Amino acid sequence: MDEKQLEAGFQAKVDAEQKIEPKDWMPADYRKNLVRQISQHAHSEIVGMLPEGNWITRAPNLRRKTVLLAKVQDEAGHGLYLYSAAESLGAARADLNDQLLTGKAKYSSIFNYPTLTWADIGAVGWLVDGAAIMNQVMLCRTSYGPYARAMVRICKEESFHQRQGYEIMCVLAKGTPEQREMAQDALDRWWWPSLMMFGPSDANSPHSAQSMKWKIKRQSNDELRQTFIDRTVPQADFLGLRIPDDKLKWNEATKHYDWGEIDWTEFNEILKGNGPCNKERLEARNKAHDEGRWVREAALAHAAKQAKKQAA
Amino acid sequence: MERSEALFRTVLRLGDNSLVLGHRLSEWCGHGPQLEEDIAQANIALDLLGQARNYLTYAGEIEGKGRTEDDLAYLRTERQFLNVKLAELPKGDYAHTIARSFLFDAFHLPLQQALTKSPDERLAGIAGKAVKEATYHLRHSSEWLVRFGDGTEESHRRAQAAIDGLWMYTGELFAPDEAERTLIEAGILPDLASIKAEWDATVARVLAEATLVRPADGWMARGGKDGQHTEHLGFLLAELQYLPRAFPGAQW
Repeated sequence: MDEKQLEAGFQAKVDAEQKIEPKDWMPADYRKNLVRQISQHAHSEIVGMLPEGNWITRAPNLRRKTVLLAKVQDEAGHGLYLYSAAESLGAARADLNDQLLTGKAKYSSIFNYPTLTWADIGAVGWLVDGAAIMNQVMLCRTSYGPYARAMVRICKEESFHQRQGYEIMCVLAKGTPEQREMAQDALDRWWWPSLMMFGPSDANSPHSAQSMKWKIKRQSNDELRQTFIDRTVPQADFLGLRIPDDKLKWNEATKHYDWGEIDWTEFNEILKGNGPCNKERLEARNKAHDEGRWVREAALAHAAKQAKKQAA
Repeated sequence: MERSEALFRTVLRLGDNSLVLGHRLSEWCGHGPQLEEDIAQANIALDLLGQARNYLTYAGEIEGKGRTEDDLAYLRTERQFLNVKLAELPKGDYAHTIARSFLFDAFHLPLQQALTKSPDERLAGIAGKAVKEATYHLRHSSEWLVRFGDGTEESHRRAQAAIDGLWMYTGELFAPDEAERTLIEAGILPDLASIKAEWDATVARVLAEATLVRPADGWMARGGKDGQHTEHLGFLLAELQYLPRAFPGAQW
């Protein structure tokens, strides 16, 4: 079979909603696109541990501390499944990690914003995990089998995280005036960045059309963003908090909320590395990697000694 | 010392040891030498936090003044914490973290095992759950200590330096204060000398496997059990307690 026939067979399989598995033939660009997307996703989980981890030692009671620590630990686990999914496509975890550390690979820009108050832990769970879930629920049906299966497991945990985040917001919104103010401030700062998480508008999204054809993606950035807004506005209303968008208004004709304009200049600046925490996040990852080198070397050296002893 | 006062102080100490060490281990989350270790240390920290919550809740009940786990964790001052100094020392490098955990775990496991036989049913119940956790903790810290000791030259040097530096903090684990003596006499708490014998055996076995040298017993630091801590604890508490202190009475 020539390339064209293989490609036609592949597309037919995708169109018939059959999963593509690691040993199946796949177009080189499909593989490349997936490795890029899955590793970016894995990196986002790992870098995402930093802004939330920032509050583990300062959580306001032992229950919250336990839940937050367990949550950040879950993110590390998600990173591991996703690196495994990328490895099933022939990528090496060490190479992917190098790409993160050198700044060559991207991760979700949302994690370049700082968590300034405890309410940010609520807002991140509610909005950031909420936005991530929209994407991840879609990815449970993605065409590549190992990625879809990793997502099913991740989605279960993420929806738990989102509920925890919203619960923190509920307590703050019903708390003292200072706590309420803290909650509103967190919503003010996290709302627009959360909307940016869905990526550029469909017209400006470089990878979207091909990804849709290959059913890696199944809904467009704009569709997902609108669904997120429609779901989240009533939740903010319930909290009695104001979403920082003067143009936000229910549209009876479309049955959706109309809303304002995303500041794409900010989005692009953060992508270029100019966000509030880009530098800190990469430094923290590099520091952990560099300071952990002797630990990893010791583990390898010890394992080699043991293997030698067993062989003797 | 009254039996109930002795029980309160001892249960509080069990809680403080787990809380303070769990807090230290949680500092690694997101910063570990490899992802698998971030996960392992978070697991261990979660176990310790769970134990702390059980012990502190029980301590509050013994005291009978309505203090909750959070009142005890967040609203006591440096001098009112009763944990051993070993638990509060900064995390240091990964060899230091592993060595401290090992020296603590080798004490904590036999202590919790003995507590499962305590006539105080509540204490026995909490310890019953903690035994399974402490078994894993000791396995984890022992395995890493062996990897470091019998790994590379650098890891061996770091592990030996950590053990040497921490050694003076191990004596306090086995030196009973008045509260502990009261409970040992009443048969509620095991004799710490018997725990020390098990600790010595574990330490000898693991250090030998790790090709590390057991330091000579010299001057041993004390004071943590009486609330006279290192300077490090104050900073740990400043971080831990910041929110409830800044917003008195608020619910979270």
